[in-house]
Amino acid sequence: MTTVYLDNNATTIIDPQVFAAMEPYFVQKYGNPNSLHSFASDTHPGIKTGMEKIYAGINANHKDSVIITSCATESNNWVLKSIYFEQILTGKKNHIMVSEVEHPSVIATARWIESMGCKVTYLPINNEGIVDVQAVRDNITDKTALVSVMWANNETGAIFPVEEIGDICEEHGVLFHTDAVQAIGKLPVNVQGFNVDYLTFSAHKFHGPKGVGALYIKKGKELMPLLHGGSQMGGYRSGTLNVAGIVGMGKAIEAAVDALDFEMTDIREMRDDFEDELLKIEDTFVVTPRNKRTPNTILISFRGIEGESMLWDLNRAGIGASTGSACASEDLEANSVMEAIGAAEDLAHTAIRFSLSRYTTQEELDYTLKVVNTAVIRLRGISSSYAYAPEGHESGLDAHHH
Amino acid sequence: MGIDSLIGGTIWDEYSDKVTDLMNNPQNMGEITEEQAKEMGARLIVADFGAESCGDAVRLYWAVDPKTDKILLSKFKSFGCGTAIASSDTMAELCKDKTVDEAVKITNIDVELAMRDDADTPAVPPQKMHCSVMAYDVIKKAAAQYKGVDMESFEEEVIVCECARVTLSTLQEVIRLNDLTTVEQITDYTKAGAFCKSCIRPGGHEEKDIYLVDLLEEYEKEKLAGKASLGNDTAPAGDFAGMTIVQRIKAVDKVVDENIRQMLVMDGGDMEILDIKENGENFDIYIRYLGACSGCASSATGTLFAIENILKEKLSDKIRVLPI
Repeated sequence: MTTVYLDNNATTIIDPQVFAAMEPYFVQKYGNPNSLHSFASDTHPGIKTGMEKIYAGINANHKDSVIITSCATESNNWVLKSIYFEQILTGKKNHIMVSEVEHPSVIATARWIESMGCKVTYLPINNEGIVDVQAVRDNITDKTALVSVMWANNETGAIFPVEEIGDICEEHGVLFHTDAVQAIGKLPVNVQGFNVDYLTFSAHKFHGPKGVGALYIKKGKELMPLLHGGSQMGGYRSGTLNVAGIVGMGKAIEAAVDALDFEMTDIREMRDDFEDELLKIEDTFVVTPRNKRTPNTILISFRGIEGESMLWDLNRAGIGASTGSACASEDLEANSVMEAIGAAEDLAHTAIRFSLSRYTTQEELDYTLKVVNTAVIRLRGISSSYAYAPEGHESGLDAHHH
Repeated sequence: MGIDSLIGGTIWDEYSDKVTDLMNNPQNMGEITEEQAKEMGARLIVADFGAESCGDAVRLYWAVDPKTDKILLSKFKSFGCGTAIASSDTMAELCKDKTVDEAVKITNIDVELAMRDDADTPAVPPQKMHCSVMAYDVIKKAAAQYKGVDMESFEEEVIVCECARVTLSTLQEVIRLNDLTTVEQITDYTKAGAFCKSCIRPGGHEEKDIYLVDLLEEYEKEKLAGKASLGNDTAPAGDFAGMTIVQRIKAVDKVVDENIRQMLVMDGGDMEILDIKENGENFDIYIRYLGACSGCASSATGTLFAIENILKEKLSDKIRVLPI
């Protein structure tokens, strides 16, 4: 059966070169890097090269720290909780700001901090799905400890104005964190190019291994450790080093940066053509303008088709895509971005996300387009949204239950 | 917790084969036009329930014979996920050849049971139960339209948890009798709150009039006010002792039918009364669990306590329930 993977904002295939680079660190070079013998020192060149590539991938100064974590969720938790313990709990500050469409690892942590008595501002997004800079300006105070705004949104691909927000934070002496998980390999990322104190990223979003995240920390803005222990990673993040993971992340970020031009031109063009074709289907709707999005992402609504139903039909044809909408997620919530945008309410449950990668082919997109067209006909055939009603029938399909 | 909740898995794996088949090929999907209804000599009823903004909506079509009140043809159209479509399809199927009065008695639980592959395995994961509730609601709406009455008139009691169809009075009783203080306990005793979770507290998938947390708070207040009177005004112990054995069995059967069976059937189980014996001043009621109840972990704990407490409250505080 044909299979097509179009869920690259969730995770990606590992680049075979990355896999090859990691392989020696499982059976041959398995020493604990902190030990005093040749098994340990055999791992050191790989770690050094990997770390240098990781630094280069975001253009970090060697005086700054890039701490390897287990995932982006850990990196995000670390920033927020450390700020909470050092700035909020001690009474120095009383406020943080996050956008209302952050990844759950930021939102859920912010809610926990809020439950501990800290004031939290959830920054709104505008009708293009982009966080409102003015809201940062309006809400920042001398008691604000941290602003955390993602670089690019995972659902829509919307690119947020992190440089402007970084400037505002600098003006007010407030720490600035950005979750750049969706930015690496899709946009140029240069931590020396604008004011940013902390930056989160994760290897598996750019064809590296799962279980390897990182947090960039600017010199002088060091955080309290989240994991205490044997003082690995300069004491900031204890735990035996994930040698293969560091090697893999290094190789993956190098390859992703090398492929950035291809991503921003060729992939963008494929995405745009695919989107043009999808939009030829009647009653479809895309939120964020293309030039304000990462080059690989489409979030599109098919009126009258509930998201999980569309995923069902796509999956039957071997296509993996995604939705954040109601029925597909465990908690039965509508797509948070669609809700935040204030999209027509009846579209909140109809969004489907296609996310491409440099491994996506034109043939795959052609096939997907055919499947989508067939699915739209079948599912709209079932849908009450397009159903017959006798003359004079007053539709009861526009009110909330109860 | 435990390994199953740690490894996750897709909710689609929890759909029964019937649900999957109906999603792929719904049998009763379609419309009935006024012309078609007229040709059949039937009255067309078109009822809508839900809303796209909530994530699911259904339109039900009935062609009803006005002389016999029989539903001659039943079709649906649905906006929703796979389980919503499968539930709507099953609901439309169950309506066929029934009179309108019979159709109103179809509950979401009947719809869910009809979609099971085998009696012991739920057809859909817990958070999808609300899809079948919508199928039930739209029947009431269609029947209300046909009869020209308000749809609320078909519900005799206030239902707090629609997925498990647990009534307000049952919940109040179980909370009071067992001195429950947490939502988890309520769920263990009654299954309320185990499915779509909307009834637990505000902020869930659907807005409710009454939430489980409200009931717990109400009971807490009652206790504080010193009004918690553990059922001493409702247990006519003397009456039960004075009954003949046949009367006792009938009385126990009645309580089981009215207050207990529903919660067992929900889980694909049931029970039967084997014997009632006097044992000193106590009455020992021997029961046998059937279906999914036999072998269920809580059949010796939560479920058993719930059965015993209900019987104690309704009949005699000297009752002991012994499963065999």
